Amino acid sequence: MSKKPTKKQDVETTGHSWDGISEYNNPLPRWWLWTFYACIVWGVGYSIAMPAWPIFKDGATPGLLGSSTRANVAAEIDRYAKANEGVEAKLVAADLTAIAADPELADYTRNAGAAVFRTWCAQCHGSGAGGNAGLGYPNLLDSDWLWGGSIEDIYTTVQHGIRNTEDGDARYSQMPAFGRDELLEPEQIAQVVQHVRKISGQEFDAALEAEGAVVFADNCASCHMEDGTGDRMQGAPNLTDAIWLYGGDVATLTETVTNARFGVMPSWSFTPEGGEPRLSEAEIRSVAAYVHGLGGGE
Amino acid sequence: MWDYFKLIALGLVAVLAAIAANYARDLAYMVNAIEVMLAAAIAFIWVLRTMGAPAAPQTEYNDGVVRAGVIATTLWGVVGFLVAVIIAFQLAFPALNFEWAQGYLNFGKLRPLHTSAVIFAFGGNALIASSFYVVQRTSAARLFGGGLGWFVFWGYQLFIVLAATGYILGATQSKEYAEPEWYVDHWLTIVWVAYLIAFLGTIVKRKEPHIYVANWFYLSFIVTIAMLHLINNLAVPVSIFGSKSVQVFSGVQDAMTQWWYGHNAVGFFLTAGFLGMMYYFVPKQAERPVYSYKLSIVHFWALIFLYIWAGPHHLHYTALPDWASTLGMVMSIILWMPSWGGMINGLMTLSGAWDKLRTDPIIRMMVVSVGFYGMSTFEGPMMSIKAVNSLSHYTDWTIGHVHSGALGWNGMITFGALYFLVPRLWARERLYSLKLVSWHFWLATIGIVLYAASMWVTGIMEGLMWREVDSQGFLVNAFADTVAAKHPMYVVRGLGGVMYLTGALIMAYNLWATVAKQPRVAAASVAAVPAE
Repeated sequence: MSKKPTKKQDVETTGHSWDGISEYNNPLPRWWLWTFYACIVWGVGYSIAMPAWPIFKDGATPGLLGSSTRANVAAEIDRYAKANEGVEAKLVAADLTAIAADPELADYTRNAGAAVFRTWCAQCHGSGAGGNAGLGYPNLLDSDWLWGGSIEDIYTTVQHGIRNTEDGDARYSQMPAFGRDELLEPEQIAQVVQHVRKISGQEFDAALEAEGAVVFADNCASCHMEDGTGDRMQGAPNLTDAIWLYGGDVATLTETVTNARFGVMPSWSFTPEGGEPRLSEAEIRSVAAYVHGLGGGE
Repeated sequence: MWDYFKLIALGLVAVLAAIAANYARDLAYMVNAIEVMLAAAIAFIWVLRTMGAPAAPQTEYNDGVVRAGVIATTLWGVVGFLVAVIIAFQLAFPALNFEWAQGYLNFGKLRPLHTSAVIFAFGGNALIASSFYVVQRTSAARLFGGGLGWFVFWGYQLFIVLAATGYILGATQSKEYAEPEWYVDHWLTIVWVAYLIAFLGTIVKRKEPHIYVANWFYLSFIVTIAMLHLINNLAVPVSIFGSKSVQVFSGVQDAMTQWWYGHNAVGFFLTAGFLGMMYYFVPKQAERPVYSYKLSIVHFWALIFLYIWAGPHHLHYTALPDWASTLGMVMSIILWMPSWGGMINGLMTLSGAWDKLRTDPIIRMMVVSVGFYGMSTFEGPMMSIKAVNSLSHYTDWTIGHVHSGALGWNGMITFGALYFLVPRLWARERLYSLKLVSWHFWLATIGIVLYAASMWVTGIMEGLMWREVDSQGFLVNAFADTVAAKHPMYVVRGLGGVMYLTGALIMAYNLWATVAKQPRVAAASVAAVPAE
């Protein structure tokens, strides 16, 4: 088809033509051919050096370099396990309250605890531990604790979890669904919500609140206390501060009183039959110390 | 007589589909059965109305089915790119996974819809239509099998509709690029065998002494896809009236089969098939001979021999044994030069016609397409190297790599082919507007650059963040930190997609206007006669 062939392409075509397309008889580009050969030679060499040819009954050629992905991973894990062996033993034996004062343990738990937290806890509590306001995942940075903020309390919470069915020692309490189970009339719920608005320092409807205080004393005070400051023994939140798990607006409070809440946390010491515990003792201690050290620890 | 047989068969299919819909065990199966029933009923009426009509003259090319394929390619392209933009923004802004659409239009449901729409609906129609055009022209013979080409076209559209509605309603076998369930797979098998017969039949009755190189590539694509499809979809249905099936392979064997399939969907669908397009449309548009016949032979055989072994590189650092990993990597690297053979032949065909790059935006599209082909077939072998893969695996780098190939190579060569085909198929003197082609070219090119660059950045960034450990061996970043860090680049990626989609819409308008607003001229070549 070419009207004026360039100098480079004064080669002949093959003489065939399809719908006007012909083909030059150019040779293979040299650099292309030699690179192709080089790749093949390299490929042969590499497959001799590495595990490659499945020619034996029980596996493949192991390769001259004896490389194994699994062995490499195991070696890497072993290297760090060995390096951390001493400090982990010390951590497991230590008194929980002594961790912060021991520079070696404090340093170790800060790193190990952060890693555990980012891997296992961040999904709910956020990678910065700020929780997820509105979804019921507590903020771990503030000094408001549902089940206690001492290192022992945090350790127990991590170890056994909250309201799960897999660990008999899990922390447990249950708020009644006052509306759904018809323990309170809708107007009583509206009243008690206004009382909670009052004790938490928000705007409230004074007419409803007066009745609400009575409803609160009769139904809520046994867990949340007369003054609404909560009870850590039962994981009953303090209602007088500005910190809310699910929200302090009227609609959310009404939903909470009507249907109750039932926040669950897994047991991190849980061990499936014949398996390893989810987290080792050292890991649980590390993450407890890490959370304790975030700012709100008591 | 043959028509009566067709009527009986179609009636039977419609009745059986109605029965299947009645006994359906799940919604996806029921909707699919109703779709089959409607398709059979429409085909029944059509056969009834056209009974006894005279057959088209055997000396003319069958271009009707190619025209239909061009329309379908454009339509599915726009649909596929639109879903792409939606899911890109769903990733950047998760709130776009609307509560009311949960279970139907959330990312998880739309993602396979996007991949299947662009690969199989857009790419597949482009391949079928262009292969029918090319095989007729380069064989100087009418498409074999009478109405077989039309059966392939409509059968393939039915496959697309069945697959797409199935995904939305939850019928999937959860294999990437092989999501359709067992009965859709059966139907595709039938259509594909018909495709093979139509294509091969045309080659057999060709009036040219030799088979043109484009047809080797098309044929290798059709044959290999048939083999891959059959083996990767081996499954036992739970019930003949339900969509669920159970895979025959399990564990790492299943994974290996899946990626043997998945990689060769790339290798034979998106590479060999599209090289067939390249080998016809580039020399035609450039009006130059193909650079090297020898190179085309050597790289063809090397490519199809090597591609089939490269699948294990998708499974580096998994339960796959080391030896399989090694072989997958070695074959991938040896594949580099055979892949580049196609790029060299494409680009060198243009040498001596480089001036056309200034004046012809269609040539420009084809050059960029071949350029992206070369780039992604270098990037692929590089990413298959285990050390590189340990960083790139599971990151957005892979997504960027796939899209530089899909948007750059497959998309651009298809657009070039569509611009080439429409004036010829509808007997128009020229395209409606070359200026709009230029707009399309720049929008698409800049869109691809935004896409690929943003995914390289996020891919390498998240790879580095994932593997970062401190001196005591503890991970430094939470997974959620890497997701948050990617957000700006996800927005950039979405914008790249918007540009690419806009380009495609401009093309759709331009093609429509070519047919609707340009005067008709005498048809160029509809008579099936040999070139020399």
